[in-house]
Amino acid sequence: MKTIYLDNNATTKVADEVLEAMLPYFNQFYGNPSSMHTFGGQVGQKIRVAREQAATLLGAMPEEIVFTSCGTESDNAAIRSALMTRPDKKHIVISRVEHPAVHALCSHLSTQGYKVTELPVDKNGMLDLENLGKSLTSDTAIVSLMWGNNETGVIFPVEEAARMAHEKGILFHTDAVQAAGKLPINMKNNVIDMLSISGHKLHAPKGIGMLYIRRGTKYSPFLIGGHQEKGRRGGTENTPGIIGLGKACELAAKNMEKENTDVKRLRDKLESELLRSIPQSRINGDIGNRLPNTTNISFEYVEGEAILLLMNELGICASSGSACTSGSLQPSHVLRAMGVPFTMAHGSIRFSLSVYNTEEEVDFIIEKMPAIIERLRGMSPFWNQAGQSCEAQ
Amino acid sequence: MWEYTDKVKEHFLNPHNVGEIENPDGMAEVGSLACGDALKLSFKLDENKRIKDAKFKTFGCASAIASSSALTEIIKGMTVDEALKVTNQDIAQYLGGLPDEKMHCSVMGKQALEKAVENYRGVPAMEAGAKIICECFGVTDKEIERAIRENNLATVEDVTNYTKAGGGCGNCQDAIAQILERVKAEPKTDTKPRLTNIQKIRLIEETIEREIRPSLKHDGGDIEIIDIIGNRVIVAMRGACATCKASEITLKDFVQHRLQELVSPDITVEEASK
Repeated sequence: MKTIYLDNNATTKVADEVLEAMLPYFNQFYGNPSSMHTFGGQVGQKIRVAREQAATLLGAMPEEIVFTSCGTESDNAAIRSALMTRPDKKHIVISRVEHPAVHALCSHLSTQGYKVTELPVDKNGMLDLENLGKSLTSDTAIVSLMWGNNETGVIFPVEEAARMAHEKGILFHTDAVQAAGKLPINMKNNVIDMLSISGHKLHAPKGIGMLYIRRGTKYSPFLIGGHQEKGRRGGTENTPGIIGLGKACELAAKNMEKENTDVKRLRDKLESELLRSIPQSRINGDIGNRLPNTTNISFEYVEGEAILLLMNELGICASSGSACTSGSLQPSHVLRAMGVPFTMAHGSIRFSLSVYNTEEEVDFIIEKMPAIIERLRGMSPFWNQAGQSCEAQ
Repeated sequence: MWEYTDKVKEHFLNPHNVGEIENPDGMAEVGSLACGDALKLSFKLDENKRIKDAKFKTFGCASAIASSSALTEIIKGMTVDEALKVTNQDIAQYLGGLPDEKMHCSVMGKQALEKAVENYRGVPAMEAGAKIICECFGVTDKEIERAIRENNLATVEDVTNYTKAGGGCGNCQDAIAQILERVKAEPKTDTKPRLTNIQKIRLIEETIEREIRPSLKHDGGDIEIIDIIGNRVIVAMRGACATCKASEITLKDFVQHRLQELVSPDITVEEASK
């Protein structure tokens, strides 16, 4: 059975070019870049190139890039650094829809003497900057808001938010894990202090990430050890990973236009056809303000895990915000923050595309989904024979 | 990804008895859309008051659908009293087990069955004196107590896995911890893990098949289970055994001995009257 992969916000395929760039650095050029000999030193040269490639994607300077192990490490490092370098300030501002890498960290910090404000979002998942303005105090150390939401694709106005924070002398961090490679990012045109990126969301492998730290920003390292990354991140460099991420950043810059034309067109086709052919379905998230590859669709009166497993039988990969898929008993915190009714949240499916998806794949899903939803609705006590919703109890 | 057994997958992909029975003898709905799973169960009795047909409609995940399918298969042919003895463990076991986080799906099956029987008998649905503990999922103290006793639960997390209570806002977790304390302090009537009826019947069948029948067949004989009433196993001896003078000794010293050893020391084996 052919795999049809529309779960690219979860992870992506390593691009062939990326893998090819990495392979020699496992068993051929395995030297330690810190070594004195040429055998190691030549790997250091390649890391320098990768740092330039990564910086170019962001319109940044190479020395502003610190390689980490993943997006979660980058988020943790940024927020903890802000708190360490501003020890007199005990307040953090985030949103209710942040990724667990920020959300769970801040819940933990709230038990360690920090006060955390979680900004609400509206029913489309959008942030009201007025609320941000009101939340900022003289005690606020950092504001951390995601650039693009992983579940709905909704884009936050982070550049404007960063300006507001800066006016009050507050540091600003953004988790740009989903936005990188899909939205143009130019750090010369904004005042964002720190920005997180994960390799495996943009066709580099898992286990590599990076943190942009604006030049001049005081930084306190998260991993303390050797002098690697100019003392900002101890630990021997993941050389193949870094080289792969550099290559992936170069590819992402090249593919950015394709993401916003071809990929977006397929996404739009998929969602408009599904909405047309399946009654009682709707989009979650602000349709005019989303990442080009993501759609989050709710099918009322059916449960997401059951939908995913029937899709799985056909080789189609996607995700759900249903409670049953997470191991918790409540549906996605993002959909709850948006006030999506439970009847809709349990049956939400996220499709996230990449440049590797084809028209045929999207057509196959458009063809197969109606029968999947119909089959489950046929079993649902809330859906009667006439194909109408029964009034839920 | 959940690790579902093949049996769960089979009952999810091809569920048995989906639908609603017209003019059912007993019917119940448990759960709700807000909870993330809901089950509507209906059954019809035959002239001997045995469950002739059972059907379900379920909103929920794969394990909720599979548990509902399993439940309807298990109770078919049972009397209402027999059906009431089916536990959530029986449902889970029928499916070859469920992930811990999904045990509440089997509990939902058990609850639907009880409410459907209450509906048939015309008694009130909620247990007398029951109080809602978990507001998010509408779980009562009685339901929590029973889940703790029947499944030997030890932590608040266990209770959440089995009943959903405490899995929403989390405000009732202290109350659940108190119920746990209270139930744990109760004197235990039976310390050994007890087999449910279904488990026992299945184990007896398996033991005879695996441990007993091959030996008898070796001597040209055979054995057939006629009935199992509590701990009494009624069998018929077939083939060479049927005419063998020593069959009484075989029955007591071999068949009964093995079953006592492998299933339960309380088991007695009798030969059906010829």
